[in-house]
Amino acid sequence: MAFIDYYKILGLDKNASDKDIKSAYRKLARKHHPDLNPNDKEAHKKFQELNEANEVLSDPEKRKKYDQYGEHWQHGEEFEKAQQSQWQQQPFGSSSKQQGWTGEEFAGGDFSDFFNSLFGSQTGSRSGRQTKYRGQDVQAELHLNLTDAYTTHKQTLSVNGKNIRITIPAGIENGQTIKISGHGGSGAHGGPHGDLYITFSIKNDTHFRRTGNDLHIKESIDLYTAVLGGEMIIETLSGKVKLKIKPETQNGTKVKLKGKGFPVYKKEGEFGDLYITYEVKIPTNLSPKQKELFTELSKISNEN
Amino acid sequence: MKTEQFISAEEFCILHHLDISFIGSISQSGLIEITQIEESRFIAISQLPKLEKIIRLHDLDINLAGIEAIIHLLERMENMQQQIIRIQNRLNSYEDY
Repeated sequence: MAFIDYYKILGLDKNASDKDIKSAYRKLARKHHPDLNPNDKEAHKKFQELNEANEVLSDPEKRKKYDQYGEHWQHGEEFEKAQQSQWQQQPFGSSSKQQGWTGEEFAGGDFSDFFNSLFGSQTGSRSGRQTKYRGQDVQAELHLNLTDAYTTHKQTLSVNGKNIRITIPAGIENGQTIKISGHGGSGAHGGPHGDLYITFSIKNDTHFRRTGNDLHIKESIDLYTAVLGGEMIIETLSGKVKLKIKPETQNGTKVKLKGKGFPVYKKEGEFGDLYITYEVKIPTNLSPKQKELFTELSKISNEN
Repeated sequence: MKTEQFISAEEFCILHHLDISFIGSISQSGLIEITQIEESRFIAISQLPKLEKIIRLHDLDINLAGIEAIIHLLERMENMQQQIIRIQNRLNSYEDY
């Protein structure tokens, strides 16, 4: 466990006044506040560090203990052991006002191990935030495969130790966030629960390329089918489809299979399209007979 | 019909250690809507996430005019982020392919 230099985090020296601390904290918080940096994990981490530094340095008692501990840091664990029990018996009351943000869930414990070893674990009493009325919002990330996102399905999630069953509508996009009202942290003073926000991270486990609701795929056809026409069976996400290939199909020809694409989000029964691009394969390792016939074909073609 | 729940503005301010005049100023700025029922003012529960965000920004010593500008910019930023996600997905689809 590493020593954390709270003064350095706030860009201050040890002689900083209370006013300096307050102003440094607010200045940096305005820069890194999660409300001002949505979806920026680095900023969120930085803000947590700022909060922790402010929590310690803005409280005279905590600051005193921290300064002492800093001096003895070289003795490391010994000092820690001797002091820990004493400190843990007198956790800081919830009277110390936490000016942090309450908008989003900090994953797990809010403060570092260093903080907890110095001041005792803060869980329960006041873990970084205070719910004043409405409960905290919780952010979660859910990983899905593209084939899972193809159908509406239910999934059980464990959020803050509670299991909730959610319905994931077909057609959800990578990076999309859905709000599950009332499944965030519990409120206080009769206030409502916060909300749960789930961001989907979707991995493409298929051969299809997805652009919105449309799917794209390249299919190889042999030269003879391209020239003379024929049939082929292709796999779509909704099953096998028999395709008619027109005679004299050019390499790179694109055909559209209407409604064979991806489901449209929250529009049941509506689907995007599937685009198939033909790649004509030129035969290799020709037999002498084939070569002869191609030569003849070439001659006839040049005569025309 | 969906019913909307409200909290009295006064109660909300007490819980958040705020002066009731602050809610008045926010309402005047048009950032949130206050519902007046007889003599009392109420805040719809659905407005609370936005109101809480305004309070958090206010705690950082940002004045109401600044908060107004920030809220507008955040809305624009959110739209842009959605756009970036869509473009990124499109780009990824070419890379995977």
